[in-house]
Amino acid sequence: MFPILSVMVALPALGAVLLWALPGGARARVRELALAITGVELVLAVVLFLQFDTSAAGTIQFSETYAWIPQIGTSWALGVNGIGLLMIVLSALLTPLAILAGWWEDKDPARRTHYLALILLSEAFMVGIFAARDVFLFYVLFEAMLIPLYFLIGSFGGGQRRYAAVKFLLYSLAGGLVMLVGVVALYFQGPGGEQAFLTDNLTDLDMSTTAERLIFLAFFLAFAIKAPMVPVHTWLPTVAETARPGTTALLVAVLDKIGTFGMLTLCVALFPDAAAWAAPVIIGFAVISVIYGALLAIGQKDMLRLVAFTSVSHFGIMVLGIFAFTQTSVEGAAFYMFNHGLSTGALFFAVGFLIHRYGTADVTAYGGLQRIVPVFAGTFLIVGLSALALPGLSPFVSEIMVLVGAFSVAKVAVIVSAIGVVLAALYVLLTYQKVFTGPAPERRKPVLELTRRERVVLWPLIALMLVLGFLPGIAIDTLREPSSDIVATVPTEEAGQ
Amino acid sequence: MSFTTPEIAWAPLAPVIIVLGAAAVAILIESFVRAAQTRRRVQLGVSVVALLAAAGTAIVQWATLEGAGTIVLDGMLTVDRQSLAWQVLIVVFGTLGMLLFAARTRAGEEAFTPLGSVAPGSTEETLARRKGMQVTEVFPLALFAVGGMMLFTSVTDLIFLFVALEVFSLPLYILVALARRRRFLSHEGALKYFLLGAFSSAILLFGAAFLYGATGSTSYTEIAQGVASVSGVDALVLAGAVMVVVGLLFKIGAVPFHSWTPDAYQGAPTPVTAFMAAATKAAATAALLRVVYEAFYGLEWELSWLIWGVSIASMLLGTVVALVQTELKRMLAYSSVAHAGFILVAFAGFPDGALSALPFYLASYGLATLGAFAVITQVREKAEDGTVMGEATRLGQWAGLGKRSPWLAAAMALFLLSFAGIPLTAGFVGKFVAFAAAISAGAWPLVLIAVIASAAAAFFYVRLIVLMFLTDVPEGQEDAVEIDHSPLARVVVVIAAAAVVLLGVVPGPVLAAFENAGVLLLGAAG
Repeated sequence: MFPILSVMVALPALGAVLLWALPGGARARVRELALAITGVELVLAVVLFLQFDTSAAGTIQFSETYAWIPQIGTSWALGVNGIGLLMIVLSALLTPLAILAGWWEDKDPARRTHYLALILLSEAFMVGIFAARDVFLFYVLFEAMLIPLYFLIGSFGGGQRRYAAVKFLLYSLAGGLVMLVGVVALYFQGPGGEQAFLTDNLTDLDMSTTAERLIFLAFFLAFAIKAPMVPVHTWLPTVAETARPGTTALLVAVLDKIGTFGMLTLCVALFPDAAAWAAPVIIGFAVISVIYGALLAIGQKDMLRLVAFTSVSHFGIMVLGIFAFTQTSVEGAAFYMFNHGLSTGALFFAVGFLIHRYGTADVTAYGGLQRIVPVFAGTFLIVGLSALALPGLSPFVSEIMVLVGAFSVAKVAVIVSAIGVVLAALYVLLTYQKVFTGPAPERRKPVLELTRRERVVLWPLIALMLVLGFLPGIAIDTLREPSSDIVATVPTEEAGQ
Repeated sequence: MSFTTPEIAWAPLAPVIIVLGAAAVAILIESFVRAAQTRRRVQLGVSVVALLAAAGTAIVQWATLEGAGTIVLDGMLTVDRQSLAWQVLIVVFGTLGMLLFAARTRAGEEAFTPLGSVAPGSTEETLARRKGMQVTEVFPLALFAVGGMMLFTSVTDLIFLFVALEVFSLPLYILVALARRRRFLSHEGALKYFLLGAFSSAILLFGAAFLYGATGSTSYTEIAQGVASVSGVDALVLAGAVMVVVGLLFKIGAVPFHSWTPDAYQGAPTPVTAFMAAATKAAATAALLRVVYEAFYGLEWELSWLIWGVSIASMLLGTVVALVQTELKRMLAYSSVAHAGFILVAFAGFPDGALSALPFYLASYGLATLGAFAVITQVREKAEDGTVMGEATRLGQWAGLGKRSPWLAAAMALFLLSFAGIPLTAGFVGKFVAFAAAISAGAWPLVLIAVIASAAAAFFYVRLIVLMFLTDVPEGQEDAVEIDHSPLARVVVVIAAAAVVLLGVVPGPVLAAFENAGVLLLGAAG
């Protein structure tokens, strides 16, 4: 069988190497080259989606296994079920858009090449992580991914980017190293042998309760830092504020999903009893994230920080859905992971376009844009409404699934979280009001309407959200079986509050 | 007591004999080849050929070894797969070290003083420099050191342990003192290293005497039997064992026996630092492995307290002190102290994983160390008139190195990431197998501390990466630093970088080889 997943990991990685190896003279068209590579990747992702057998969405498909380091039991094992499939499609979709959105950045070809190569490298890691079926492979990619990200944040962007990069790295490394202890400990709980780290060989292990709980916590901490949950979220606003909007869009829309993806496919799937044991506390933190993120978002003047805090709030809802352990809530959380990628990605891109025009992310510097650039205003409004989960757009479907699904087991949590949803209306509409309505501040130069390139970035995302808002079945069909498999492993009577 | 000449099986000793023989030849070359330039080339050629031949021989022996190994010299030495694996490692470090020894700046300047015997700053020194004199004695000295270290890995007798220790230590003391620049610093480092080294050798010898007194023998096997026959803990045996272990921990550079490292690392000519840091640690680890698990196997429980304590102290102190260093070579010295702690973590994993984890850890650490110091030799201070001076080892001088020389800075970043244990580098696999070995033996508290120390250590490695890539060259300092690409140093950087990546991405074959070597011939566990 054609090893499509390995190809999808190798293509952007080799592309990055190719970009770095280009001689100085050939770098004039480096953007087009990078776009072409990610375009091919997107085509491969679409092929993957079409070839995927939805009727068996719960089973791992496109599976490949090669021995990698048999001495320590690791394999190059890739494969996807419905959840991994959607996340790979999301990665492949957003990367070319991020390149397009940042088309104007960097006059210097060498710097531009460096940036694009790092983006390609990140894409390779993202696809690899979402497809990994081997815990060691997952961990290696999870940690190695920090290096391109560190340079993306630290080398490109403004203000305190060095501080932001180091903060990001230290947070992630701390989580990663704790997870490493978990990974090693898991090895000794497992069957050993040359394929000891295959996820299949590590499910349904007969562990002592204490061991399972400790390993679960080691994994969970790393994922909670990645999918920024209160109180380990503080790196995200710092990074969002300083990094390029394109970088942040990829980071929040796709990379942070590795956190929730890991919770779903590793934490819960490998340690169901410990997950059930920890669920009440985790749901508590999730609810705090929902409210705290929303409240802080309202208070932000910097639009990039604002979007970052809304994401903290939204990640809270995903975690709530995962740890409520009902069919609907888990399905909704997985669907939300995809939708939030579309919605937040679009939001960061749109804010990036604003910053490109005004040179600031400070919301108070804006005003009255509605009359000057109506198309931009309309587009921004729809993107914003998707973040507050307006019916008709796909985030609404997933958010409602989580809340309804979780209600039966965690009533208080759902009711409190619903307040967060109301607050979302506040921060989105207030921002829109400040930027687009009212009198325009004195301007030095005319403001550009949404350009064709910018429309190509934003409108497909909006279209996709509309389609999935009315026909969510396309995506949910691939999530139903994997979700029910996960729910089935968890002892339900202990879950919830 | 009558003396009978022991039967000596020469063949198993071939790798060591090649190296020591080449060292003897190298001394003759010193006497008979007059022209300094020619002598340097001949010495380099002889050394590298001898080391490669020794590596080849050791590998052939490793592959053709029948049974678990051979006992040589009446039990003084044991040649088994474990010792051969370590010997190959040491020879590789030696070869890379020799290439660095011979590297010269574009202006034709070596790392070593033109004449070791004259006082720093004297007219004789100026004269020697003007006449283009060179101390090519460094090559035979280093060959003796390599030979001694190779013996050290297969020693199974306390007397021979001491002899091999001195054979490799004495040349190192001299080498440390031979820096071309900042010679007082070099002398200071050498003197401290020598005094403390002599002290630790004495402690080791003292311990050997105790053990002889308690068990009536210096042979590992007989000491092990003696230890086993004593019920309870014999104070004499325990004291002797602790003193021998302490003598070896000194060479590994673990806290509290580390105090020579910063000065010796900083003062020594950088090629010597590179060689010493990589090879001495490997040789001492191999010897410690043997003595603890062949001679003191019955004392495992008592000694584990010592190993645990020293390991924790090394990791914490090395990391914390490295955090505040502003001098690069001192920072790497303290980082090596922290790594000594990590090495001892793997030690706690005996016997399940330590025998294959330790050589791999030392290989990853040694290659990254050689590479990092090879980079340091190429980053030079520049005087206002444009002459290239000594190495720029203040951290601030490395600001913006990524712009000056992207590939060199990228290589340095790779070595630092390997030290930090980031996946896809050799350092990660090394840490992984070390931690796995320790956890399998139930030493998880040690692993937990090691993880915390790793996270903290990442901070100072990352700090240098930040300096190189994310900081601009300070105003007015654009011409203060010069990259002096020496071809030989560059070769070392490329080989080390390639090895660090290869061992990080496809460590399988090497791990398999070390796993194959994971048996001690005489081991109570094996």
